[in-house]
Amino acid sequence: MTTPPSGGGDTATALVEGILAGNRRALARAITHVEADSAAGREVLERIYPRTGRAQTVGITGSAGAGKSTLVGALAREERKRGRTVGIVAVDPSSPFSHGAILGDRIRMQDLTADGGVFLRSMASRGNLGGLSETATGVVDVLDAAGFDVVLIETVGAGQDEVEVANAAGTTVLVANPGGGDEVQSMKAGLMEVAQVMAVNKADLAGADTAVTGLKALLLLANSGAWDPPILKTVARTGEGVPELVDAIDRHQAHITQSAHAAEERRAHAERQVIALARAALHREALEAASTTGALAALVEAVAKRERDPRSAAAALLHAVKAEWTRQ
Amino acid sequence: MTQERPIRVLIAKPGLDGHDRGAKVVARALRDAGMEVIYTGIRQTPQMIAEAALQEDVQVVGLSILSGAHLELFPRVVEELKARGVDDVLLFAGGIIPQDDIPLVSKIGFKGVFGPGTDTNDIIAFVREHAPARA
Repeated sequence: MTTPPSGGGDTATALVEGILAGNRRALARAITHVEADSAAGREVLERIYPRTGRAQTVGITGSAGAGKSTLVGALAREERKRGRTVGIVAVDPSSPFSHGAILGDRIRMQDLTADGGVFLRSMASRGNLGGLSETATGVVDVLDAAGFDVVLIETVGAGQDEVEVANAAGTTVLVANPGGGDEVQSMKAGLMEVAQVMAVNKADLAGADTAVTGLKALLLLANSGAWDPPILKTVARTGEGVPELVDAIDRHQAHITQSAHAAEERRAHAERQVIALARAALHREALEAASTTGALAALVEAVAKRERDPRSAAAALLHAVKAEWTRQ
Repeated sequence: MTQERPIRVLIAKPGLDGHDRGAKVVARALRDAGMEVIYTGIRQTPQMIAEAALQEDVQVVGLSILSGAHLELFPRVVEELKARGVDDVLLFAGGIIPQDDIPLVSKIGFKGVFGPGTDTNDIIAFVREHAPARA
């Protein structure tokens, strides 16, 4: 057994060796480093990347209260029945005021805590300058390299960042509910376009069939590719429809890994990931440059006093950032 | 622009009592103080608590208990943590813990014991002061 790392003296080498040896404490600590974007965390990600790509990565997204956590728990139980190990990343929003968070996804997955074939990590979105997709996809890579057969990523489908996280997975499942015009809201949020599988959860409530019909009609409006997104009814609380949902996810995974479209799908997925990561890095670096030049504060002040319009201020800021980059 | 990493805390209720108002009040207070609080819900076994602490790589574990079984359950939580190599977390406890038992609870590693009526600011200050560093 490898020695578990402790304290602040974690080296990337020890973490990588621990992860590949199946040491859960090293895995947990490595995730902490990735989340903190520490030097060790970045090195871990670089070194494990060649070991990734084996896991099925599945994003689960939908509005708050749609039953995502319960569904993720049910999916994990079904995957375990099929003999697969499961890594779970559950992302919850941080408070915009205190930056703190209460992460409660474990409440709905209590029984899974005792299962050695499951590893669940709760993550706060931390509102960190578009960096959520950077860190969350990094955590997924670590779980993938650690050998989990399936990695489930749960995010609230609100905001570009959260959608991007779900979209970084091989298969994205959109969770909707009967009634309340959810399907229209989903379309407005642009969630329809990113989902390859749709689940109408809480399907024991009235209006489930109407919701399915509504989603089907909406799908006709979306651009149709080689994959036709299936729409399933689930009751996560009882597990009803969950085996069929796993079957649908498996079919999509086969589509992206084995079908005639696999190469194209892989390229599209890689493109999404690279663009999302570049966007996050660009955002962060631009803000850094903007605060270095001091241009941001002055422009904000001018706009707040209505001495200047926000569009020209944004253009001036971009100009200052580019000048700063050239200077560097 | 690296932000300060929030302190991660696990709040758990071992044993069979189902009263989690106190645990939730503490969880919210720590959240409002900028910490990330993983709340596991009621009726947790020592194994579940230790495993959650490991997977979440928390710096702090707070246990709330009202059933009177603290001298049974707390040592088992400590054992389960040790068995997993989780030897660098700050432990604290809350709930109904008689004055006479506090030395015993402290001895097995609980650095703070907070009974009913505690000002949540005291718990926040305690956690900030004693939480071990991470990445």
